[in-house]
Amino acid sequence: MAISFEHVTFTYQAGTPMAQTALEDVSFNLPDHGYLAIIGHTGSGKSTLVQQINALLKPTSGTIKIDDFTITPNTTNADLKPLRQHVGMVFQFPESQLFEETIRKDIAFGPQNFGMSPEDANELADQMLTTVGLDISYAERSPFELSGGQMRRVAIAGVLAMRPQVLILDEPTAGLDPQGRQEMMDLFEQLHREQGLTIVLVTHQMEDVAEYAEQVAIMREGRLVKFGDVQEAFGDPDWLLANQLDVPRAAQFAQQLAKRGFQWQPLPLTADQLAEQIAEQWQKRGTDHV
Amino acid sequence: MSNFIFGRYLPLNSVVHRLDPRAKLMLSFFYIVLVFMANNLVTYGILIVFTLAAIFASKISLGFFLKGIRPLLWLIVFTVVLQLLFSPAGGHVYFHWAFINITQYGVVNSGYIFIRFLLIIMMSTLLTLSTQPLDIATGLSSLMKPLRWVHVPVDTLAMMLSIALRFVPTLMDEATKIMNAQRARGVDFGEGGLFKQAKSLIPLMVPLFMSAFNRAEDLSTAMEARGYQDSEHRSQYRILTWQKRDTVTWIIFIIGFAAILAFRRW
Repeated sequence: MAISFEHVTFTYQAGTPMAQTALEDVSFNLPDHGYLAIIGHTGSGKSTLVQQINALLKPTSGTIKIDDFTITPNTTNADLKPLRQHVGMVFQFPESQLFEETIRKDIAFGPQNFGMSPEDANELADQMLTTVGLDISYAERSPFELSGGQMRRVAIAGVLAMRPQVLILDEPTAGLDPQGRQEMMDLFEQLHREQGLTIVLVTHQMEDVAEYAEQVAIMREGRLVKFGDVQEAFGDPDWLLANQLDVPRAAQFAQQLAKRGFQWQPLPLTADQLAEQIAEQWQKRGTDHV
Repeated sequence: MSNFIFGRYLPLNSVVHRLDPRAKLMLSFFYIVLVFMANNLVTYGILIVFTLAAIFASKISLGFFLKGIRPLLWLIVFTVVLQLLFSPAGGHVYFHWAFINITQYGVVNSGYIFIRFLLIIMMSTLLTLSTQPLDIATGLSSLMKPLRWVHVPVDTLAMMLSIALRFVPTLMDEATKIMNAQRARGVDFGEGGLFKQAKSLIPLMVPLFMSAFNRAEDLSTAMEARGYQDSEHRSQYRILTWQKRDTVTWIIFIIGFAAILAFRRW
């Protein structure tokens, strides 16, 4: 599903002395089957932005279009339920949404709310359990017996079970160990590639952005300050640094190497790209010397 | 959640905000006594002027107070109607059917009850809107000090109170977060019949209790790690001092008290 924002502004507690503008005049277009990463400082409006996409927060002014759905400040909740089925949302620390007696029931909760029969939902739950890399034997256990990382997988399975076409991920790997993080990101990449899910990822991990995302939105103080493909977004490391954002580690390494005579075209952002360009330049140097 | 006014604090700079929380607590209590002493037009008139003056002095717009009344509206209407229909005979009878009597007394009394509700809610809303929860806790514990003589663990109670108040916004945030997550999974909060609504609370309450218990355990560990011991005498960072404005406010209230005593129907 394609997502478009047109002049979206959002104010928390509008009309009170505590009013706080969290989004200001945000406009962008994300094509169908896109993979967008949203980066920015804490409090820059990233989470507020993604909550607009499935209308948990409605814009104070402006319009959001998700395929045929249009969200305006006047949209009522009844119109939004079908939208929420298509837009799955994994919140920060999603394990806090678990509540059922068994893991199977918890995963089946979402689909049943959208009208699936209990039998079908349970079957789907078992399927999703294996999708997120947990053994089927977990299905009858209580979600509260699990470790934090496993709880997170169950919560994500609960969102995937709704078969969304857009998947919003708000720092999905925060607090996971490096291996768990890698497995999660690979899972999302696989869903994106094989099932054509549109993915919106909020993250602080620049390596993940470079590795997986196709487009990048950079937020600062509620404004969208940059929107473009990954190369564009990371192409100007000085600008990023001035905005207190990091470049991926591979790019940092490449910058150090640039002082020693390496030339990058374009600046490598992932370890693979870096290795490739180094190999190329070494080969060239080798032939030059001969 | 954000529509819920009662129990929230509005940070403004006014005389009412700067009053000593002890004074505000005691005066609020005193005020409630006054509201129940009033029993005719003149005395209620005095109280209404009083309340409006207090609200004006706090610089908080009247709209907030009206919003604060809204959640309690049904309770007020229920009580007023009850009073209207079932008050004892007295004065002129306007309507009589089976056990229902609408009498002159009934009409007057229900009018008074309505005003009482309104005044008490407005004043207590003013107290919470103009006083930080932690100040209320400090004020209460300071007022409870004499109870130490009868071995009431005042310090512990004060600590419990301030922790409870401290975690109200945290739990509210947590509740909003969980509600959002469940809404995204297709739960409709506050829609459908009573049974459906009650059922929709389970996916909210279970995670909320889980996180509250976990948080309580973490907090107690953190407090013990920093050497907290129960029932030791604790010094305080914020020390309350009685100011001239507190005395002045008390004098105004006492004059009001005298006026109500003088004008009420004995």
